[in-house]
Amino acid sequence: MGAVVGTLTLQTRQRRPSRDKLYDDLELSVVCHRPEGLEQLEAQTNFSKKELKVLYRGFKNECPSGVVNEETFKQIYSQFFPHGDASTYAHYLFNSFDSSQNGSIKFEDFVTALSILLRGTTTEKLQWTFNLYDINRDGYINKEEMTDIVKAIYDMMGRFTYPALKTDTFKQHVDAFFQKMDKNRDGVVTLDEFILSCQEVYSTCSCSKWHTMHTIFVVCI
Amino acid sequence: MAAGVATWLPFARAAAVGWLPLAKKIMPKPPVDKKSRNDEILFVNVSGIRFQTWKNTLDRYPDTLLGSSEKEFFYNEDTQEYFFDRDPEMFRHILNFYRTGKLHYPRQECIQAFDEELAFYGIVPDIIGDCCMEEYRDRKKENQERLAEDTEAENATDTPLPPHSTSRERLWRAFENPHTSTMALVFYYVTGFFIAVSVIANVVETVPCRPLKGSKKDLPCGEKYTLAFFCMDTACVLIFTFEYLMRLFAAPSRCKFMRSVMSVIDVVAIMPYYIGLVMPENEDVSGAFVTLRVFRVFRIFKFSRHSQGLRILGYTLKSCASELGFLLFSLTMAIIIFATVMFYAEKGTKGTNFTSIPASFWYTIVTMTTLGYGDMVPNTIAGKIFGSICSLSGVLVIALPVPVIVSNFSRIYHQNQRADKMRAQQKVRLARIRLAKKGTTNAFLHYKEDGGFQDRDSDNALCLKNRSAFEHQHHHLLHCLEKTTNHEFTDELTFSEMCMTESVGYRTSRSTSISSQQGVSTSCCPRRGKRRAIRLANSTVSVSRGSIQELDTLQVHKTSAGPQRCLTLKGATRLLTIGGPPLCLSQEHC
Repeated sequence: MGAVVGTLTLQTRQRRPSRDKLYDDLELSVVCHRPEGLEQLEAQTNFSKKELKVLYRGFKNECPSGVVNEETFKQIYSQFFPHGDASTYAHYLFNSFDSSQNGSIKFEDFVTALSILLRGTTTEKLQWTFNLYDINRDGYINKEEMTDIVKAIYDMMGRFTYPALKTDTFKQHVDAFFQKMDKNRDGVVTLDEFILSCQEVYSTCSCSKWHTMHTIFVVCI
Repeated sequence: MAAGVATWLPFARAAAVGWLPLAKKIMPKPPVDKKSRNDEILFVNVSGIRFQTWKNTLDRYPDTLLGSSEKEFFYNEDTQEYFFDRDPEMFRHILNFYRTGKLHYPRQECIQAFDEELAFYGIVPDIIGDCCMEEYRDRKKENQERLAEDTEAENATDTPLPPHSTSRERLWRAFENPHTSTMALVFYYVTGFFIAVSVIANVVETVPCRPLKGSKKDLPCGEKYTLAFFCMDTACVLIFTFEYLMRLFAAPSRCKFMRSVMSVIDVVAIMPYYIGLVMPENEDVSGAFVTLRVFRVFRIFKFSRHSQGLRILGYTLKSCASELGFLLFSLTMAIIIFATVMFYAEKGTKGTNFTSIPASFWYTIVTMTTLGYGDMVPNTIAGKIFGSICSLSGVLVIALPVPVIVSNFSRIYHQNQRADKMRAQQKVRLARIRLAKKGTTNAFLHYKEDGGFQDRDSDNALCLKNRSAFEHQHHHLLHCLEKTTNHEFTDELTFSEMCMTESVGYRTSRSTSISSQQGVSTSCCPRRGKRRAIRLANSTVSVSRGSIQELDTLQVHKTSAGPQRCLTLKGATRLLTIGGPPLCLSQEHC
């Protein structure tokens, strides 16, 4: 009879979740984070109390536990860019948001970054962008970091583009970028070079796209 | 400290007056309560239902949303109340927790909805009272098992193949899921047919056929039509060998495959034939060989690949292994006990069948399973008494584990039904998801085609569809990405057409990323003359000229009451394209 039992257990999957594991999951399920008080946040950022409330309500609805982890972030981004693969860019973005580098974004990080991006000075915004590009936070942007970022952005475009993407498209993009930014031709871009180059280009450019863009974003909430 | 104890604290402090006469040292000064505000009633408005409670009640649990300063984020100054856009029915239970200190789980609510509410209000499920904890845990376990199964069903091999799979992977998939391709299905039915033929041949060859001419004895058909049966056997074994070798070749992990039950059955099914071929016509050895032919009956187990029900049965038996083990153990114990007793009871009788204890085993088993062949019966009175006790206890011992096995089988069977239904719905669901994804892409492309980037006053813009604020912003975001990379989104059709034109050798500009858009479009388009390509070219030309205008025309309205959820994260995402403009520097027309 034992042989019968043995032979009849064919192509069956090991499916039984053990009871202990379930209890463990139940215990450590809720990792809750509460943000600092409203007054403190108002003092630290450039938002009013009303705006903070609106932001927090949306944030809390999406993440009741109070923190966003990288997986959720990548999923959100892949919904906004369904054509291509947004996970690499989302990863770099997540790291630049996550000020404490612990793998989760709290409401304070979220609001601080938004405050810089919406209401900060041009220098602050450029500094934030520099931090985004500087993946290893060493104060310099070198070619490899730039190539990674640009490749991540091109990945979001997906395959079906017009004109079609060539293999060296983003390399040329990186080279052109370095040509404009790297003043002393030492192979890396420092924060000062970056801010200087951006400001002079934008001041001479008649489009002044930068300013137009952020005026529009102000009313986006 | 629990709220109940806190209420008694002033009493205990007042009663400390009784220590004054005995005190050795001077009593310390009482702490000054700076914030001695009177307790106030708070108003909490949950989706229109107004709740009122003392502030102290909520402050009892300072590590939850309502007890901490986090609720200030939800304070509405105009109406002087806290507004939550959540389920008021659930909120009743949450508020009761603050009042009584015990969280109860409402049985009619969905476990996931309840969990979400708890997560929102920052309450850990551990504090559910003992009265409701068991129910909560059971429902949660059930739900998690169901979710785990659903994800397994999703990841099941019914998903479409990855585009670059070797022939080996495809072969393996064809074997595991016969309904994926026609060839696999044909092979599946052919093997099934041959298994049936082989089993029937095995059975029929032992049936007595009419004897040969000139002989009285009945021969089994196997010996009369030796050649026919041998040919049939050979054909079946060839098919089975071929199938086994193909599976072995296609298996992703050959060692694991060879250890699996099904492959062992396959081997056992075909080995007797080969051994019979190899063995010489020796009298002694062929006796052992005949025994080996018994293993041919294991071919019937190959049907398990074809039958879902057989697999379920096997899985049930496996999951009830402990119950079956208990049954076996208790039966063995009872058999030994009763066999010994019967043996010694019948020992004195002349010509008794109960010659030894092992001989009594047969009697005990037949009696306990209520078969009662009657080939061995007790003759003494004591033997009959013990015999009747034996049969009564047999009924009990067997009847006990059976309901457990039955309920297990029923549960697994229903789960399987659900898994099959899920798989059927899976295809529909995937198709819908893909359609939705395409919808967003197509919406953006249609928007561009309809000349959305042109001046508002032109006629074309009048036929623009009414888009939601979310769509506006999403399209703006995609447009920003296009400008950053200096490439445009197209759909698959246009892309493949362009690939064809390029391969035919038409001149397109070499470095597409730096040269201007106009050059590319004019060289790409003339040959095709397709409306779509030209329209795209036109829109890009106008885009490069009117970059400010297009940004101005995409007015984003201030939506304070709008879908905040999407807009919050949406707004954040759009801001993050600010990382884009510095990259645009390298593009000339930016």
